[in-house]
Amino acid sequence: MKTLTASRMERCIGCHSCSFACARLVHKLLSWNTAGIRIASSGGLSTGFMAKVCLACSPAPCAEACPTGAMKARKKGGGVIHKKDLCIRCGKCAEACPVDAIYLDLKDRPYVCIHCGRCVEFCPHECLELVESDKGRD
Amino acid sequence: MIRDYFRVLVVDLGSGKGRVVKVDGRNEFAGGSGLGALLFEKYGHADRAWDDPDQPLIFSIGPLTGLFPLMSKTVCSFKSPYHDQFAESHAGGRSALAIRFADYDALVITGRAERLSCLSLGMKHLEVKDVQFLAGKDVFSTGKILRSMFPGSGHRSILRIGPAGENLSAMACINADTYRHFGRLGSGAVMGAKNLKGIVIQGDGSFALPESKEYAKIYQQVYEKMTATDMMSKYHNLGTAANLDALNELESLPWRNLQATKDEEISGITGKKFADDTLLRNAACAGCPVGCIHIGFVREKFMEDNQYLYRQVAYDYEPIFATGSMLGVTDAFKVLGIMDEVEKAGLDVMSGGVALAWATEAYEKGLVSETETIIPLAFGDAENYKKAVQYMGSAENEFYTALGKGSLVAAAKYGGEDFACVLGQEMAGYATGEAFYVAEGLGFRHSHLDSGGYSWDQKNDRKDADEVCDFLISDETGRAFLTSMVSCLFGRGVYKDEVLAECLKSVGYDEIAENMDLIGERVRAMRWKIRFETGYDPQKISIPKRYHEITTWKGKTDPEYLEKLKYEYGRRICELVSDEALGGLGLKKNE
Repeated sequence: MKTLTASRMERCIGCHSCSFACARLVHKLLSWNTAGIRIASSGGLSTGFMAKVCLACSPAPCAEACPTGAMKARKKGGGVIHKKDLCIRCGKCAEACPVDAIYLDLKDRPYVCIHCGRCVEFCPHECLELVESDKGRD
Repeated sequence: MIRDYFRVLVVDLGSGKGRVVKVDGRNEFAGGSGLGALLFEKYGHADRAWDDPDQPLIFSIGPLTGLFPLMSKTVCSFKSPYHDQFAESHAGGRSALAIRFADYDALVITGRAERLSCLSLGMKHLEVKDVQFLAGKDVFSTGKILRSMFPGSGHRSILRIGPAGENLSAMACINADTYRHFGRLGSGAVMGAKNLKGIVIQGDGSFALPESKEYAKIYQQVYEKMTATDMMSKYHNLGTAANLDALNELESLPWRNLQATKDEEISGITGKKFADDTLLRNAACAGCPVGCIHIGFVREKFMEDNQYLYRQVAYDYEPIFATGSMLGVTDAFKVLGIMDEVEKAGLDVMSGGVALAWATEAYEKGLVSETETIIPLAFGDAENYKKAVQYMGSAENEFYTALGKGSLVAAAKYGGEDFACVLGQEMAGYATGEAFYVAEGLGFRHSHLDSGGYSWDQKNDRKDADEVCDFLISDETGRAFLTSMVSCLFGRGVYKDEVLAECLKSVGYDEIAENMDLIGERVRAMRWKIRFETGYDPQKISIPKRYHEITTWKGKTDPEYLEKLKYEYGRRICELVSDEALGGLGLKKNE
């Protein structure tokens, strides 16, 4: 199993191409929010950028907090899978995430990284990479 | 498509309330520049002054904003404090996408808040908040406080003004997300006149993806051209600062208030010098993978025992020309130091730098003294320029108040009109020849990017007024269409007509795709129509004597040809708003 890591964020220019790619290709939406990876500055653009993305915690607090089993840990390598049809939009997963990696849209639907790596090729500065799970964990 | 009409939020600062208005005209005006003009026609008052509370401040985006890369700019339309005529200014940053994802095509802000306020909006909220405590605060501290007051880091755009805007300087800009600006023609003062210190736009919505398979295909093609080819490399490599060397070599770079067009001292302020010594990193407007924003640093020792502070300053060709060569400052770090002060004051860097260049020559010639300037002004003296910038921003005395209204306003009072480098407004950094002087002087935005006059000069030395005017008039249409999209003009190499048409069709704007030329014509005519209604008269615009004195690679300016060209271009612009021309485009002339 591979996980997505935002390992070179000091190179990030804040173009949001990764978020757009995820929203477009994974979630079939036009957005910079409804995506598994979101780019934020931490107190203005002069501080550079950070990626809000699933760090593949193991065990996953979001999955543990989910009351319906909609958010489940992947079988291997960390990270979770979200099953939309089982989700009751209670927001417990987002609340439990220690790094604000789960986005709740305006209707409280959660969006989380599924470590598919579709965003990687859209980063013009190679800030992101898909690595074997045992390597990308700090 | 997201919608086939315009969804506009109209906010009245007087009541603190807004309303969502559906405006027709998508297929006729597209968005951006066209939408700005359409909304000014609807909400503006040609016969009232720029600071009348009822005048609108308009921010508009295009049909492809958010859908394609580099569709990343916002157009700000307003009645300008510089000449009290209809004007436009464009900026990148995050505002375009924030407006898109807040689910609007434009914001129209009218009225005047009772106290200094901040407008905050998103898909689900609208609020006008008292921020009187920010009165007089510079652009940086304003940004920091607004960031702490409003949530949404990353997907939020913060537009704000500094002291210059509050003091109603006709050179006040609106800072967009720290590193970009609605710079020219004083939009910052329009916010100041409305008691509006900041606008926070939260882009918190999302849309269904266009259903066509073509969309994904053309998106991929455009994205690859923007990133995987070298088509955009000049913008992210050295950036526009690469032009300093090139224009100096071409004897077209204004030095020391345009007393020269070339200087050996260029070596201290070339694009390479800035990149090698000062560049910290690149940044991008939201939605643009090119990343043309170059951020350098200023480092200052503020106390003994090696106590330093540092700040980050975005540089480009134009700011370097205005605070570097134009002021005779030839050290890259000193240039950034002046830019930093300009940023804090919330002044437009080009207008401010060029105005100070005039003030320096006026000081040297004895037209003004320290009684007016407070400190001595001398080309190359960066430290005093930093102080002068603060005085301009704070409108410190009668002299700096007049200077903040424009070099020619100050010159009318103190003398020195002959050497004011004003082409409609304080000049852009392209002393390339007669076509540019006339194009910028008379052009709609007084911007070098309104048409390719600067570029024509660099390629031709023929003196044929008809040929130049044919070029200027035809070139303006395509640019008016692009700024209605609202594409970054750096992307015009990729967004050729056929690519734009494919993009538009892939998301369902077939009618716009099929009428691009006509829409460009209509938008251009609409903008000029309102401009004339608000007082524009090409005959009243003069080109100062300084332009007769300079020499470029083509030789000395030819005054006779310059006059002929000016007359002819003015005549052609008047033709654009004839009854016949407007009637043909479905636009009526107001009585």
